[in-house]
Amino acid sequence: MSKQLTNWFRFASPQTFYPLAGKMIPVFWVLAVLFGVAGLWMGFFVAPTDATQGEGYRIIFVHVPTSWMSMFIYLVMAGWAAMGLSLNARLSSMMAQALAPTGALMAFLSLWTGAFWGKPMWGTWWVWDARLTSELILFFLYLGFIALQASIEDPRRADKAGAILALVGVVNVPIIYFSVTWWNTLHQGASVSINKSPSMAMTMLWGMLLMALCLWMYSIAVALTRVRAIILERESHTEWVKQLPETKVEVAA
Amino acid sequence: MLSAHGLSCVRGERRLFAQLDLAVDAGQWLHVRGENGAGKTSLLRLLAGLAQAVEGEVRWCGRPIQSAESEYRRHFLFFGHQGAVKEDLSALENLRFAAAMDGAALPETQALAALYRVGLRGREDLPIRVLSAGQKRRVMLARLATRKARLWILDEPFTALDTKAVDLLATLITEHLAGGGMAVLTSHQTMPIAGGLVVQL
Amino acid sequence: MSAILAVLQRDLMVVVRRKSEALTALFFFVIVSSLFPLGIGPEPGLLRKIAPGVLWVGALLATMLALQRMFAADHADGTLEQMAISPSPLVGLVIGKIAAHWLVSGLPLVLMAPVLGLQFDLDAGALGVLMLALLLGTPVLSLVGAIGAALTLGVRGGGVLLSLLVLPLFVPVLIFGAGAVESHIAGLGAGGHLSLLAALLALSVFFAPWAATAALRIALE
Repeated sequence: MSKQLTNWFRFASPQTFYPLAGKMIPVFWVLAVLFGVAGLWMGFFVAPTDATQGEGYRIIFVHVPTSWMSMFIYLVMAGWAAMGLSLNARLSSMMAQALAPTGALMAFLSLWTGAFWGKPMWGTWWVWDARLTSELILFFLYLGFIALQASIEDPRRADKAGAILALVGVVNVPIIYFSVTWWNTLHQGASVSINKSPSMAMTMLWGMLLMALCLWMYSIAVALTRVRAIILERESHTEWVKQLPETKVEVAA
Repeated sequence: MLSAHGLSCVRGERRLFAQLDLAVDAGQWLHVRGENGAGKTSLLRLLAGLAQAVEGEVRWCGRPIQSAESEYRRHFLFFGHQGAVKEDLSALENLRFAAAMDGAALPETQALAALYRVGLRGREDLPIRVLSAGQKRRVMLARLATRKARLWILDEPFTALDTKAVDLLATLITEHLAGGGMAVLTSHQTMPIAGGLVVQL
Repeated sequence: MSAILAVLQRDLMVVVRRKSEALTALFFFVIVSSLFPLGIGPEPGLLRKIAPGVLWVGALLATMLALQRMFAADHADGTLEQMAISPSPLVGLVIGKIAAHWLVSGLPLVLMAPVLGLQFDLDAGALGVLMLALLLGTPVLSLVGAIGAALTLGVRGGGVLLSLLVLPLFVPVLIFGAGAVESHIAGLGAGGHLSLLAALLALSVFFAPWAATAALRIALE
């Protein structure tokens, strides 16, 4: 049992994880494309036209999965950061750093697709409904994490400070969501809500799930690519990095 | 009583020192020498528990300092490059506040006696910012005189001190060592104290 | 305990000697709140409607402005380092500093709010609720803000970065605080909102000092 554990821990060093990640990346890209094709086909061809919203509602096949992923990635990112902090593991912190931009992208896409949905439906680009507002705040949480890590020069201090911020954020996300929902139900002036989505036919649900899986595979592929770049950057002074073919600098004879 | 085993220090991407061992016992003092940027301040901060070592550990009385932090902190005094005084408060107020933070009450008479000994008579009630640089550093000397700590960790303590203050500090350190205390000091200059163990970085 | 009081007393003494710093937050609060009627128009009905939100946003911005100086001065002159190696637990000293910060930057806002509320034609009951809500909410801002101040200690672009970090965390306080006054005006009673604010306060008193202490140790490494 302990031999198996030590085998897994072997991959906790950047040096052994680097080639492993390199091998895994193409697998995830393939899965992403497969799920994506399936999901888009379900969403755009199989799912029925909505009675009240027509064809425009189909944007939820991008909007809802990106919202789910933005929240999921935040949790995973905070988890990696916490592990990096408590176990003093550099690679875990690098994973958190690698996930942040992808999570921010998901939040951003969720906001944009929400706006694109709102405009044809209700004539406004922005609607202060609870979920969109929470999404906006989540986007700011991501930006804060990225900005904090970018401003601190010492990489270990940046890792640990980011971990504290991510953990504080995780505790606050439910509180923020609750307060924004409360705020939204109190101010019932604007009764439009993106939550009033069309009643779910099974095909619609399947479409969203497949798109969510697609985005999940995409996020893993991108995060692994990014973490490899981070490893190269932060370990650039070590022997094994200097020996890699991709970092060898050609010296003019 | 203070020992370090296999200490390594990394700053950014440079390894400043690796596998460093040292030990100080009662009555002994350590002179840490090295050029600018060699890692003297980093070493002292590791010994004070302000920074965590990449490798190796620091031990107090045989136990790693991480496992008994508050216990260890009761026994040492650390001074870095900065004066560690609030400029808007007076020397007397700074001294008494530092004692309160250490959890020990310092009666005003004792505080004043220490301040007079280090040459701040007549200036103990002025805000620190109107004192000269040398006088500001003397408040540190008063702190050394009033806080009963077994280990003194001092980073460049002789900077900005005039000859009289240098003699005073040397006397304080010698008295401290004679009483069974320990010290770890860094300095570029030659130290006016005899018999130190040298750690060269 | 005596160490906490010693830190509190010391910080207050420093503020008394350097009065200008203390008034920044209060001044900002007054200016922001007074500018809104000038920008929007004097119609009393409209002013009464926007008053809770405007006053709360003003309090929030004023607090954010004052957060930077919570640890910065001590970090610069080396006294923060001394606190980190002091035998007294750092968490207690941090609580002392946060308390001093609130007394200087938060409590004056609470006391000033009724005066500013009169500019917006709020009645006595609403003013009372506003004061109580600020009394419960401003300590939360100081507590949570301390985490941000500790994380950004000595970092370039600190002020803006600090605001970005704490803004999402302040949103619930803003919502419940302004909501309390609005529900009182609407006749629905502020009890629910005020209890939620009290809950936030209890939560932050328990967790924020630990997070801020951990962040300080990281910043001092």
